[in-house]
Amino acid sequence: MTDTNLVAASPEGRTRRSWTFTIGAIIVGLHLVIGLSTLFWTPYDPTGMSGGRLEMPSLSHLAGTDRLGRDLFTLIMIGSRIALVVGTGAVIIGGLIGITIGLLAAFASRTLDDILAASLDILIAFPTLLLAMLIVASSDGASLGTAIVAIGIANSAIVARLTRILAKRVLRMDYITAARISGTSWLGVVAIHILPNIWPTLLVNLALQFGLAVIAEASLSYLGLGAPPPNASWGRLLQEAQGTVYTAPFGAIAPGIALVLLVIGINLLADGLRDIGDPTRRRRR
Amino acid sequence: MNPLLHIENLSVHAGGKALVSDISFAVAPGERLGLIGESGSGKSLTALATIGLLADGLKVSGSVLLNGRQVVGARDRDLVPLRGATAAVVFQEPLTALDPLMKIGRQVGQAVRRRAKRDGRPTDATSVMSEVLDLLDQVALPQPQRIAESWPHEISGGQRQRAAIAMALACKPKLLIADEPTTALDVTTQAEILRLLGQLVRERNMALLFISHDLPVVAGTVDRVIVLRHGRVVEQGPVSTVFREPSHDYTRSLVAAARAFDNALENAP
Ligand SMILES: Nc1ncnc2c1ncn2[C@@H]1O[C@H](COP(=O)(O)OP(=O)(O)OP(=O)(O)O)[C@@H](O)[C@H]1O
Ligand SMILES: [Mg+2]
Repeated sequence: MTDTNLVAASPEGRTRRSWTFTIGAIIVGLHLVIGLSTLFWTPYDPTGMSGGRLEMPSLSHLAGTDRLGRDLFTLIMIGSRIALVVGTGAVIIGGLIGITIGLLAAFASRTLDDILAASLDILIAFPTLLLAMLIVASSDGASLGTAIVAIGIANSAIVARLTRILAKRVLRMDYITAARISGTSWLGVVAIHILPNIWPTLLVNLALQFGLAVIAEASLSYLGLGAPPPNASWGRLLQEAQGTVYTAPFGAIAPGIALVLLVIGINLLADGLRDIGDPTRRRRR
Repeated sequence: MNPLLHIENLSVHAGGKALVSDISFAVAPGERLGLIGESGSGKSLTALATIGLLADGLKVSGSVLLNGRQVVGARDRDLVPLRGATAAVVFQEPLTALDPLMKIGRQVGQAVRRRAKRDGRPTDATSVMSEVLDLLDQVALPQPQRIAESWPHEISGGQRQRAAIAMALACKPKLLIADEPTTALDVTTQAEILRLLGQLVRERNMALLFISHDLPVVAGTVDRVIVLRHGRVVEQGPVSTVFREPSHDYTRSLVAAARAFDNALENAP
């Protein structure tokens, strides 16, 4: 009964929401399936020549070949996996560090909070990429691992600042005081009230961080600071296609499309997830 | 009998500015005390100081004895067992008094479970839930089962305030602090909530610290009143005395305003 009422009340909102989530899930799911499948199978050997050099897309080479005659579609598929690993890794690292620091700042004494807030602002003023480059440069060598850690740390400042603001807003609410009165510890308040209430906004931001991480890694690779082939990211492919961008533009366009699609997909998915997690927007079951 | 709450020379400062100065009063077990004053007079600050939950930037001095224990300067850890069991608060704004992301039943259940744990009673889901439904019933919420299953945004403001009262009752406090619990409600709902509070306090023999800026509302609910202005006590005494022979100008103006309002109501067609 309630269900039909709500459907009648906001049919538009509902279809739009499920649309967001579905499209996002399809795009990300596709990347996931393709990326994971490269662990077991690829259409061609990613290291060997499988056709002529700089071929146009065709049925046998869906995205054409690069200047060494390697199948580009195969390389893009592997790039999918790399991008997912980078995004997930960087978001986990950045999220854990950022949320922890943000919560600490929200609970800290006035002075400590001011110090933390100021340091975060300074960190955020640095371009993520520059920060990541510094971290990569100061580590032993360019590998996927260092890139992920570097990007994660670079992004954590933004997550921390957002967490701090969101947590402070929730902390002012009467229900926090009520929970404290009934004897809930601060840790309990964080777990029961603060995290659930800041999570929807945080989730959308983390999705943004995921996209930024993928782009940052592509940029690092483009600058030659990413992992070397055959496990190369889209950024590396873009870099390699750079010299032939006028004669064989597809070498640059295809990885670019893959990258943009993934970033859009992740954001749509997060948007959909936020709506699902919000009882005021969710329809009643 | 020892007072349940004994406040002496309580002052609250923020950055050198006095928000509450030199307040002293006591609440005996089962007594109903009203705290009145205009907006910004320090009523809510006094209430929060009572349970040691003032915001960080505020400096407190003086003495607050809650059930014989000193609250001012006490460590938060030591106050946790004191709160709830001794004093619980119903807040001004029903909208922010409930976590929007938690169903009413679970929310009241949190307080029930904490209290049951403290008393060494069972904390399994079934006994907690049955106590929750019982509490929702006691605050006269219709269809407790349905309310327990609802999100805060799905029930009315009056119902939310009842749920908040149920949450405070779940703590089984000896002192209930009601911080303008009816200000955000319409007149009919306001009267219902006041009647409910009065009844609950009597049944459970709780003490009541009732905060309001509305003299008539306080008069019908409490035995004794304290009038605050700019963070200072300007007058205190039994309701009837303060009402009939207000000694301070400010109280006089409050009474006059209330009279004028009453007359206007009586003369209205
Ligand atoms: N955390 C704080 N820091 C600084 N000043 C504060 C803080 N909290 C309250 N105040 C100030 O203290 C004064 C008293 O506030 P309080 O909330 O006790 O008023 P009140 O009597 O409850 O008013 P109302 O009827 O509007 O609720 C106000 O002037 C307010 O601006
Ligand atoms: Mg107030």
